[in-house]
Amino acid sequence: MQEIFNIFIRSIFIDNMVFAYFLGMCSYLAVSKTVSTSFGLGLAVVFVLGITVPVDYLLNEFVLQPGAMVWLDEGFKDVDLSFLSFILFIAIIASMVQLVEMVVEKFSPALYASLGIFLPLIAVNCAILGGSLFMQQRDYQSLAQATSFGLGSGVGFFLAIVGIAAIREKIRYSNVPPALRGLGITFIITGLMGIAFMSFLGIKL
Amino acid sequence: MSTENKEREPLFSAKNLKLLKEPLNISNPITVQVLGICSALAVTAKLKPAIVMALSVVVVMAVSNVVISLLRNGLPPRIRIIVQLVVIATMVILVNEVLEAFLFDVSRQLSVFIGLIITNCIIMGRLEAFAMGNKPWPALLDGIGNAMGYGVILIIVAFFRELLGSGTLMDYQVVPQSFYEFGYQNNGFMILSPMALITVGVIIWVQRYKNRELIEDN
Repeated sequence: MQEIFNIFIRSIFIDNMVFAYFLGMCSYLAVSKTVSTSFGLGLAVVFVLGITVPVDYLLNEFVLQPGAMVWLDEGFKDVDLSFLSFILFIAIIASMVQLVEMVVEKFSPALYASLGIFLPLIAVNCAILGGSLFMQQRDYQSLAQATSFGLGSGVGFFLAIVGIAAIREKIRYSNVPPALRGLGITFIITGLMGIAFMSFLGIKL
Repeated sequence: MSTENKEREPLFSAKNLKLLKEPLNISNPITVQVLGICSALAVTAKLKPAIVMALSVVVVMAVSNVVISLLRNGLPPRIRIIVQLVVIATMVILVNEVLEAFLFDVSRQLSVFIGLIITNCIIMGRLEAFAMGNKPWPALLDGIGNAMGYGVILIIVAFFRELLGSGTLMDYQVVPQSFYEFGYQNNGFMILSPMALITVGVIIWVQRYKNRELIEDN
């Protein structure tokens, strides 16, 4: 139980998707102009990561790993399908995003309207595929660990994007050198936030 | 107007060359179009992985641009995203297998970032914006041009980070030993990930200072 909680905290602060691995940067930069939109995108990412990482974990465990297909037949124990993981993960992600979109549209039109275009955009957000690939690389032991990693990474992305959006809303009133306005200053602020987040590296879990 | 007397465009006409050159500077995918940042920053601590990454993106992007451009007339719009993803993913798997076979240590350093070329927004973005509406040859040039624009930024960032951070280039020592004896020290901060962001920020600053028309308001 404690291990699961540790993974959750680790993936929010220490292995933060945005500041430690630069995943999801494109939407992070493009959708962080106001707090309210970035809030919506952040929620959608938490949601989708929380679903796709466990699903991809099961896929990896029962189909892709070397010898994973033993549950079907003893004869499959030499089969290694891990080279297919990219294409299967991305297919799962794309179809999950589609499914989530339909479910949300049906049951909560208000949430659907506020997430708007972000849901389909998430299919090509590198943080989502990155979550699944890191999950595969780090060999999590159980479904619960994979789920807590997925949710934690999502929350980390959420914090990062809402934080930068809040700063960008305020920076509109400051006198930034013209050539640095917009994209340039956002990069530099993200770098500074990343340095701040590095102080969490000292935490031993 | 019949097609017969329409003059055939030469392969390297001015228009086609523009497709190749513009992404290197004024419509650079990273600093102007803001596409494909994720992988650009994570692989730039050393020059060698950055070059390998840039080449992989050139290959994936050139081929998938041509394939999608060939398919563009028979592709129903509703399923185009999934088709594009499948084409890209197939190319990335090929590149990944080649790297694992011939450049194993670099492929270890790049870890998940080769896989993440699939969701690299440059590729999807160019497929959507260009290959879906153009003939294969311009699509090829556009793919190569944009991937090179991406690669150039990658290599500039990696150059500074490796030079200042470890005093080496391509793993060869370039800062002479005598400097260290005088008390010069490698700036370990450059290796850490936030410095990649700040380096790109400075590149953007320099580029916009030179091209005034790119300056945006807050």
